[in-house]
Amino acid sequence: MTSKLPDAEALLPALAAQLKPAITPASAMIGLHTGGAWVAERLHPLLGLKDPLGLMDIAFYRDDYAKEGLKHDPKKTKIPFEVEGRDLLLVDDVLYTGRTVRAAMNELFDYGRPRSIALVVLADRGGRQLPIAAQYVGTQVEVPAGRRLRLRRAANGKLSLELEEVAHGA
Amino acid sequence: MAHNPQLNARGELQHLLSIEGLPREILVQILDTAESFAGVTEREVKKVPLMRGKSVFNLFFEASTRTRTTFEIAAKRLSADVINLNVAVSSQSKGESLLDTVANLSAMQADVFVVRHASSGAPYLITRHVKAHEHVINAGDGRHAHPTQGLLDLYTIRHYKKDFTRLTVGIVGDVLHSRVARSLIHGLTTLGVPEVRVIGPQTLMPAGVEALGVRVFHDMRAGMKDCDVVVMLRLQNERMTGPLLPSAQEFFKNYGLTADKLALARPDAIVMHPGPMNRGVEIDSPVADGPHSVILPQVTFGIAVRMAVMSIVAGN
Repeated sequence: MTSKLPDAEALLPALAAQLKPAITPASAMIGLHTGGAWVAERLHPLLGLKDPLGLMDIAFYRDDYAKEGLKHDPKKTKIPFEVEGRDLLLVDDVLYTGRTVRAAMNELFDYGRPRSIALVVLADRGGRQLPIAAQYVGTQVEVPAGRRLRLRRAANGKLSLELEEVAHGA
Repeated sequence: MAHNPQLNARGELQHLLSIEGLPREILVQILDTAESFAGVTEREVKKVPLMRGKSVFNLFFEASTRTRTTFEIAAKRLSADVINLNVAVSSQSKGESLLDTVANLSAMQADVFVVRHASSGAPYLITRHVKAHEHVINAGDGRHAHPTQGLLDLYTIRHYKKDFTRLTVGIVGDVLHSRVARSLIHGLTTLGVPEVRVIGPQTLMPAGVEALGVRVFHDMRAGMKDCDVVVMLRLQNERMTGPLLPSAQEFFKNYGLTADKLALARPDAIVMHPGPMNRGVEIDSPVADGPHSVILPQVTFGIAVRMAVMSIVAGN
């Protein structure tokens, strides 16, 4: 199964090349915990952005709190620049239902009013439940029913895409 | 393990009644979550939509401005609707029972009850009578527990000292009447603090306090030696019955925190106090306002800690 998936490491420079022409003086990048942050940490140094990378955990903005409760160990959102008036590159690892991106946009607007937000994803697996699309996509992946596409980071920092079983009832 | 009334069938925190009996993982989960909320309280919009549509009832059968206010701010920053009931001056004085009061509020669609009561065990009694989606947070019951204060103390200690496992913590003063001390001692020992000291006169020490895993000192100067953290307790005049103390002046002389006694602790020691402070009784003003004092940051951290507790219990 795993052998058919694209190589995440090879996708990174290609994704950076897509982004490069779109960079403006107002551009800044935010990675979504946890997988999106890994991707953003790799893309950020390739783009010559003047601000440090922002990191965001959308745990407090999820739409399934009433059903699922608060997830364990939410990370701290850290945006080390003014969001107001910026061209934001929002980075995630896998785009699926679009709910994470909706939550992330809601959280972002509590920091200020960006001039624009573009969505950058390493892999788009389809299956959207909200009217959300990515502007920069590393690869499209078809995921069989009952499976989940995940980004993993090895001890040496190498990223890879993997399919895993969806736990029953989850 | 015996059934813990604070946990649901999956072992998740459903009510917060006391720190006693909470596993280490849940304490760490609360402190980590609070750390993320601390980031929210530093932003321009200090609010997250997590508890939109939920109702939090602050049920204070005993007066407390600070605790009630910080719970109110915490609930508002989670976007919950907050209703403050000063029960001491309303229903109870008309003769309504505790459980009738709660049943009436439950009929008004409550999700979380924050309860402060002079009787130990009152919040526990309420948990036995609430619906499955209702959650109870103890905001101080009698001499028993004040878990959110204990948690914010733990948060403060972790914030300044990072690692619990090499600390010496001294808790000074009226341990006998202090629900704060009890909650904190349980938390410190659960998180692996190797030395917890209680320092105070014999008359203000609960019998058998050593069983909690603490060292008892009656001489404050000996007890202060090499402390990393000094927690001063309030002298609880209103809870004193009988002649436990000669006078406040005498107490200050022996157990009040002054600069010269603090000098015996480690040079980077932090000084904490749950408030409200009696300046000149348990703590000298120059120390309360001095460079070692983290008394005001404690209040700020209290908001993030209460946000964490509310959002964790209401989600389970």
